[in-house]
Amino acid sequence: MKNFFRKLYIGFILLFLYAPIIVLIVFSFNSSKSRAVWQGFSLTWYEQLFTDSSILSALETTPLIALAASVISTVIGTFAALGMVKLKKRSFEVVRTITYIPVLNPDIVTGVALMMLFAFMGIELGYISMLLAHITFCTPYVVISVLPKLYQTDISVYEAAQDLGAKPFYALRKTIIPQLMPGIITGFLLSYTLSVDDFIISYFTTGSNVQNLSMVVFSMARKGINPKINAVSTLLFLVVMVLLIIVNKRQVKAKKHISKPKEISENIEKENI
Amino acid sequence: MSKRRFAFPYYIWMIIFIIVPLLLIIYYTFTDDSSGTVKLTFNNIKAIFDPLYLKVIWRSVYMSLIATVVCLVLGYPAAMILSNRDFSRKSTMLILIVLPMWMNFLLRTYSWLSLLENEGLINQFLGWLGLPQANLMYNNFAVILGMVYNFLPFMILPVYSVLVKIDKNVVEAAKDLGGNNLVVFRRIILPLSTPGIISGITMTFMPALSTFVISRLLSGGKISLIGNIIEQQFTVTGNWGFGSALSLFLMILIFVSMIFINKYGDESVGGGGLL
Repeated sequence: MKNFFRKLYIGFILLFLYAPIIVLIVFSFNSSKSRAVWQGFSLTWYEQLFTDSSILSALETTPLIALAASVISTVIGTFAALGMVKLKKRSFEVVRTITYIPVLNPDIVTGVALMMLFAFMGIELGYISMLLAHITFCTPYVVISVLPKLYQTDISVYEAAQDLGAKPFYALRKTIIPQLMPGIITGFLLSYTLSVDDFIISYFTTGSNVQNLSMVVFSMARKGINPKINAVSTLLFLVVMVLLIIVNKRQVKAKKHISKPKEISENIEKENI
Repeated sequence: MSKRRFAFPYYIWMIIFIIVPLLLIIYYTFTDDSSGTVKLTFNNIKAIFDPLYLKVIWRSVYMSLIATVVCLVLGYPAAMILSNRDFSRKSTMLILIVLPMWMNFLLRTYSWLSLLENEGLINQFLGWLGLPQANLMYNNFAVILGMVYNFLPFMILPVYSVLVKIDKNVVEAAKDLGGNNLVVFRRIILPLSTPGIISGITMTFMPALSTFVISRLLSGGKISLIGNIIEQQFTVTGNWGFGSALSLFLMILIFVSMIFINKYGDESVGGGGLL
């Protein structure tokens, strides 16, 4: 009986979480523009989706910016972490606090602050400003993911490599970087997801001529319901679901412990604040 | 020792893109150049305390508070059930709860439009039952609902991840010593899960307080929160001074509430739970 109520409750929560998404998906196949009346199956909205120039260019811009931003952030952030650990305690604390500012600050504040910066520096709002903004909010996440790994690495291996005649950079690449890899990868993936998903900061730091997917959705959604958005959502939902299933399967394979849900939740927690 | 130089590019980046923008916010808040020359002014700060804007600030605070409380009330039991060891298929359930979080939050917000609208599905359903139509959209209810919907998983997950770590033996010992379920919950489980609750509250309250998208989409622009006013200053009216003052105010509000929230839990755990 108790178990029944538990299942009922979780079922209720899942219904709450999924009902809107399911309705969204179902109506992406509706043949009429009507939002709530089913008038037969069609793929019209998907066809229109792939002829809509703003959506198509956003589908290009979004992953490209995300890739560029996450690669650059990963490089800057990893080297930042390597340099930061050498700092004295007080300067380290200062740098760390500043690193947390973009993480803790509301996105809207980061967005308008960067917008003013670009105006101040005379940078036109477009691809470049968007990329700079994305690097700015992604890099701290890389630093934060790499730092803890750096504390676990054995510096003496690096010194030993140098004693044995390796050049500093070679020694670094062969000894430290492999040990940091899990942190670097986490940082990279976090940056990529954050960049793909970002709306608020892009909204303020990009002019009207360049749009990422979130911005296209916002400009359509503010005018009311548009079945093309439903079609985009359906495709995105599918991509997310497939990715999550793959990641999860790999995790189960990687370790047969039950720690997998925890890991997902940790990643999510990292991603969102 | 040359390694210290590795961080230099980041320091430069930090100064240009983190420090300078914050200084710009402060600069625009306290200066006025409308007359051609730059003058020190407190008018932007004073403007925040205009009754009109105080009302908006109050509305933002209380709507995000309600949303946070609803998330906690709905999410805590869910996290408890999921953390229960004999609950079957819990990892599947957990993934299902995580999944919507990976959807773009604009799409999640948008998804409520077709349900809440006047000719929307909920109203059709009510009509089908013979009930009068309800006005579900363009009001406080819709905005709070949007917040709860967007942030509920962010409450469930941190609470869940703390609850699963609680040593079962402690709970059993408390029961052996004669504690009934309520006592065990109040004296053992609840205190031990505080860090999770704190990061859950942080992860719901902060974004709810500063949102402008949820209120813009689900109220059709009729309900303004702090975020909407800031957005207007920068995209419509071009009053950067007042927009900066509000941003500064929002930042302070967030940092103060973070200190306040963290005071109620173990500081280190609360901070660690954030990331």
